Amino acid sequence: MSDPSPAGEVLRAPHVLDYTYTRSVGPVIGAFLTGLRQGRILAARADEGRVVVPPTEYDPLTGRSVGELVEVGPGGVVASWAWAAHPTADQPLDHPFAWALVTLDGASTSLLHVVDAGSPSAMSSGMRVRAEFRPEAERRGHLLDISSFVPEDAS
Amino acid sequence: MSGATTPGGAGEQVTMLDAPIHIDYAFTAGLAQSRFLKGLSEGRFLGQRCPRCGKVYVPPRGSCPTDGIPTTDEVELGNTGTVTTYCVVNVPFQGQAVEIPYICAQVLLDGANLAFMGLIQEIPADQVRMGMRVEAVWVAPEELGPSMASVRYFRPTGEPDAEYDSYKEYL
Repeated sequence: MSDPSPAGEVLRAPHVLDYTYTRSVGPVIGAFLTGLRQGRILAARADEGRVVVPPTEYDPLTGRSVGELVEVGPGGVVASWAWAAHPTADQPLDHPFAWALVTLDGASTSLLHVVDAGSPSAMSSGMRVRAEFRPEAERRGHLLDISSFVPEDAS
Repeated sequence: MSGATTPGGAGEQVTMLDAPIHIDYAFTAGLAQSRFLKGLSEGRFLGQRCPRCGKVYVPPRGSCPTDGIPTTDEVELGNTGTVTTYCVVNVPFQGQAVEIPYICAQVLLDGANLAFMGLIQEIPADQVRMGMRVEAVWVAPEELGPSMASVRYFRPTGEPDAEYDSYKEYL
């Protein structure tokens, strides 16, 4: 028996958790992801003319099954944004970017994605942006098949 | 925001999505647990005793949960203990290191007042029982490190089983 040393060294170690959920996406999100792989952004035509993207299986307000899927974008308007000055490793871009809610042309709702604008001074609510798709061979049926949005006047 | 693939060409409908989760922690063990871990790297179990109630905690957390005071005395425990309770693992899972079925037991070291989890080996799974006397089998000296991986497993000592009353508080 002895006194534990109060000045003793405290151990520290990396502890990494890695696990993967595999989820079935259903017919509507499945069609949305399939569309992305084809370079198209599909939205759901809901009640009262609202166009919902990403599409839902049911109208978020009335609960009715949505009808046909329609193509929206690739252009749109930034509804709001936040600058990410220090991106973390698992974020979509490895350099500073804006998280943004983008209201795509033809859509009634906003889609969360990133805008590769270079600097926060290039960002403003109401600015026009356009979806940049990855090359077809790199697409995999995922929201990041759109690598980013870019300011429309910069392209 | 990463992952996802569905096999098939561009025309095939996407039906599944892989959503990988990756979490980076930096784990800080604290003083008491650091002492315990360093003990493991020397092939020893180090616990701490509460100066008020006298209970010995291994692994120690630096305080007594009953009395709410620091556990000031370090105690070295022996290599033997008692299985208080256990479960049989029959389900394979990713990263499993041991062949199923195997026994995951709560082991109460002699002189300790807290049981901890240990693997039981060198006995068929269906012969393990509550009260079974076990001893720690350590990895080779050059493989010892500050981790529970220093204890390969516990195995039966062959002694008679412990009386239920001796471990009933630790189930």
